[in-house]
Amino acid sequence: MSNISVQQIENVVIKFAGDSGDGMQLTGTQFSNNTALVGNDLSTFPDFPAEIRAPQGTLAGVSGFQLHFSSNRIFTPGDACDVLVAMNAAALKANLKSLKKGGIIIANTDGFDSKNLRLANYPDGINPLEDGSLAAYQLHTMDVTKMTREALKDINLGMKEKDRAKNMFVLGFLYWLYDRSLESSENFLNEKFSKKPEILESNLKALHAGYNFGDTVEAFSTRYKVEKARMEPGTYRSITGNTALAYGLIAASQKANLPLFLGTYPITPASDILHELSKYKNFGIRTFQAEDEIAGITSAIGASYGGHMGVTTTSGPGMALKGEAMGLAVMLEIPLLIVNIQRGGPSTGLPTKTEQSDLLQAYYGRNGECPMPVISAATPSDCFESIFEAFRISVAHMTPVIYLSDGYIANGAEPWRFPKSADLPAIPVKFKKGLEEGEEQFLPYHRDENLVRPWAVPGTPGLEHRIGGLEKQNITGNVSYDPENHQLMVRIRQEKVDKIADHIPLQKIELGPEKGKVLVLGWGSTYGAIKSAVLELLAEGHEVAHAHIRYLRPFPKNLAEILHSYDKVLIPEINNGQLIRIIREQFLIDAQGYNKIMGVPITKGELVVKIKEMLQA
Amino acid sequence: MSTATIAPQTLTAKDFATDQEVRWCPGCGDYSILKQVQTIMPGLGIPKENIVIVSGIGCSSRFPYYMNTYGMHSIHGRATAIASGLKAVRPELSVWVVTGDGDGLSIGGNHTIHLLRRNFDINVMLFNNQIYGLTKGQYSPTSEENKVTKSTPFGSIDHPFNPLALALGADATFIARSMDRDPKHLQELLKRSHAHKGASFLEIYQNCNIFNDGAFEIFTEKGSKPEEALFVEQGQPLVFGAQKNKGIRLDGLKPVVVELGTDYTADDCWVHDEKDFYKAQILTRMFDDPRIEGHMPRPFGVFYQAFRPTYEDQLNFQVEDALTRKGAGDLDKLLAGKETWTIK
Ligand SMILES: Cc1ncc(C[n+]2csc(CCOP(=O)(O)OP(=O)(O)O)c2C)c(N)n1
Ligand code: SF4
Ligand SMILES: [Mg+2]
Repeated sequence: MSNISVQQIENVVIKFAGDSGDGMQLTGTQFSNNTALVGNDLSTFPDFPAEIRAPQGTLAGVSGFQLHFSSNRIFTPGDACDVLVAMNAAALKANLKSLKKGGIIIANTDGFDSKNLRLANYPDGINPLEDGSLAAYQLHTMDVTKMTREALKDINLGMKEKDRAKNMFVLGFLYWLYDRSLESSENFLNEKFSKKPEILESNLKALHAGYNFGDTVEAFSTRYKVEKARMEPGTYRSITGNTALAYGLIAASQKANLPLFLGTYPITPASDILHELSKYKNFGIRTFQAEDEIAGITSAIGASYGGHMGVTTTSGPGMALKGEAMGLAVMLEIPLLIVNIQRGGPSTGLPTKTEQSDLLQAYYGRNGECPMPVISAATPSDCFESIFEAFRISVAHMTPVIYLSDGYIANGAEPWRFPKSADLPAIPVKFKKGLEEGEEQFLPYHRDENLVRPWAVPGTPGLEHRIGGLEKQNITGNVSYDPENHQLMVRIRQEKVDKIADHIPLQKIELGPEKGKVLVLGWGSTYGAIKSAVLELLAEGHEVAHAHIRYLRPFPKNLAEILHSYDKVLIPEINNGQLIRIIREQFLIDAQGYNKIMGVPITKGELVVKIKEMLQA
Repeated sequence: MSTATIAPQTLTAKDFATDQEVRWCPGCGDYSILKQVQTIMPGLGIPKENIVIVSGIGCSSRFPYYMNTYGMHSIHGRATAIASGLKAVRPELSVWVVTGDGDGLSIGGNHTIHLLRRNFDINVMLFNNQIYGLTKGQYSPTSEENKVTKSTPFGSIDHPFNPLALALGADATFIARSMDRDPKHLQELLKRSHAHKGASFLEIYQNCNIFNDGAFEIFTEKGSKPEEALFVEQGQPLVFGAQKNKGIRLDGLKPVVVELGTDYTADDCWVHDEKDFYKAQILTRMFDDPRIEGHMPRPFGVFYQAFRPTYEDQLNFQVEDALTRKGAGDLDKLLAGKETWTIK
């Protein structure tokens, strides 16, 4: 080894970009897991096209994976990149704008041949790697394809198969650049390809070849090292939002001693929850891939009626299909979880892009007066705790609950200081076991002090009763068309949901003073960007605070007080302004919005600018 | 708490009636079906609390309110899907679905075929009155062509479904047809539906005397019934007619009506075999419009019965199997996953 030095740095944002067939998601995930094991704080943002294999080499087919890691606490995948790995011309073109000036480009020259350049819409005869247009960056080129083939020349595999290992070469090279051990990826490959020895060998060889290439070529005079982050003591793992959500459901099911039934229909970006839950049959979990979203939710209603915990998972378009059945669940007053991993809408919209698209739908998107609690996730690891809460509320209050996550949270990863099973609270479940002494007839809509009716499941002698979607008489549950009774029942159903506010934590201020100039109020996946922006402004001495709402319906009881403690309220959302309408309507305050509807997260930088504007005005 | 189960053997039809006033139009065929269901229930030997009736929306779907069992009157077309979820988690319950021709074949057609192909052990009773009763008389997916209704003043142009052919196409394992006006036959088929382990699809011709009166008259009324309705029985030749003087023979794959007596006897006729999938196809296709000259009689009875594992048994087997192979899930192990790191 030569005179290559290792430099300590705090923060790196890398973007892996290539064709959707180049395996960039896998490369990014592998590098992230490795990063987690080193003890860095991290946040990821996978960003891929809707088509599985969009035309090769085109801008439409570019798949990216952004990873932010640091020796400090971080809350977002980063606004701009320090390093861009571009496997082809389209990947460079699509991502150059997000690379910092002076940043590093690692380009695979084989992906910049005349065909790739043409597909990426570069003018004839123009190659950005050669025409000096990238002078503002540190450009490093390497022919990944050629070197991978060379490394694998003794393996008995077709050229196409060998080329599939290109991403491992790149991964190996980056491991070298950031002074990492290859072990976690070696383990991964050994497990993944244990039954395919040739493929295993080619991937391992490519991985090592990439690492050794770094060691030998002296293209880089520096390697970088990011120290362990100063995080709260404890044991961590890396987790994505959808996995945390699935684990939260399993944990809640265990803690409630209530078996889980998932009725669902595949849809991006919610399908991974089905994939994950379908593995855990030995936790008593039953998954049912239904014929459509309506059967997904109605089968879950059937399961809840039968005394299991019915869950249905979907995204925007599926949510629209479930509307009528949600109304039924509201009338039946049984536990049910409806999970919406939001994505860009309307209609099919932007299936693989994130958007806080459906808060208003969750609030209002059903026929009739149809109130349901709404709970949301703020970060990937927060999915665990928030879905656990949604489960608890659903069972305790005999009500369907809507749970909102989104594509950014679902696919993003971060370190998670996972809890011990013993530290999780038990979720009490009360089935009515039969008629009480002196109780002559079962009254299915007889309520307790929280307006909650009993859960009486088929198979219980003496409690035979009929329920349904028709309006029912208060207490007896018999069908009733009486006008006074309908008004009463509408109000009771509303009050029952409102009363949940007595059983949730008060809203807390995440950061900043308890009163002051500007409150930035968020919900869902804007958490990291708002937190980072407010941290920066607080460090500069500004009077700004951050509150993030998990319980969107009903709101925590002290929310009004909080909102009135600041001169101004800013509500950033990845939509055209949804929470802001509800807040303005309920609290009559002149909140301002910051809205971005581009299928990508709001960045810290743009929020800082917006908040400063408000501070100065 | 009183948790006493009433011993099933002491139950009577009365125990299955509720205190709710039955609200169908006087003369509606639904009354008879309700009566037959209440009549056979005590004989099934199931405690009342283990019976669940799930319905969608329609006149017919009011059924659960009149049965003193567990019941759910749900939303239009979805009873089959709700029942599927219930049966998946509570296989020990006896689950019945009541649905109409609109509920089960129009808005809920998708769920119906999927329930059948999955073979949940659920008894589906399709009350076919060839009309939308509850919404006051529009034509339905089983209405005959050219039907003049409120929504088709110039006659309907839709070609109707053949419900049993559809069910067979969906690989239902029990397929049968009966009628409101033949209590004994209906009782018999209800019992057979219940006895079948797997999805049973029982189509019941039901008269809507308000919006489609007499739709099945030709099959149900004394004068024409013997000539028009063909009652099939396991192992018996297909013979019909007031004088039992007609039979069905198979000419290749084509059923033909023959006079019995001189050229043919009952021994020459097609012998019904519920296990014969190919013959069941032909039987379901004996579905001529009775307005057409030279039409075939319409079969009633059990067309087909087959056995394959039920969905709920397989689903619950997978759970049991995972439990025996892996042991009960360990939450702490799950949460920790394969790779962790510790910060001190
Ligand atoms: C989503 C929805 N669409 C439409 C209706 C109106 N509707 C109620 S019952 C029905 C048709 C009923 O016909 P069928 O299923 O044949 O039952 P029948 O009344 O004839 O027994 C319709 C269209 C509804 N209740 N819900
Ligand atoms: S409208 Fe027809 S189907 Fe409905 S209750 Fe009256 S007679 Fe029966
Ligand atoms: Mg009908």
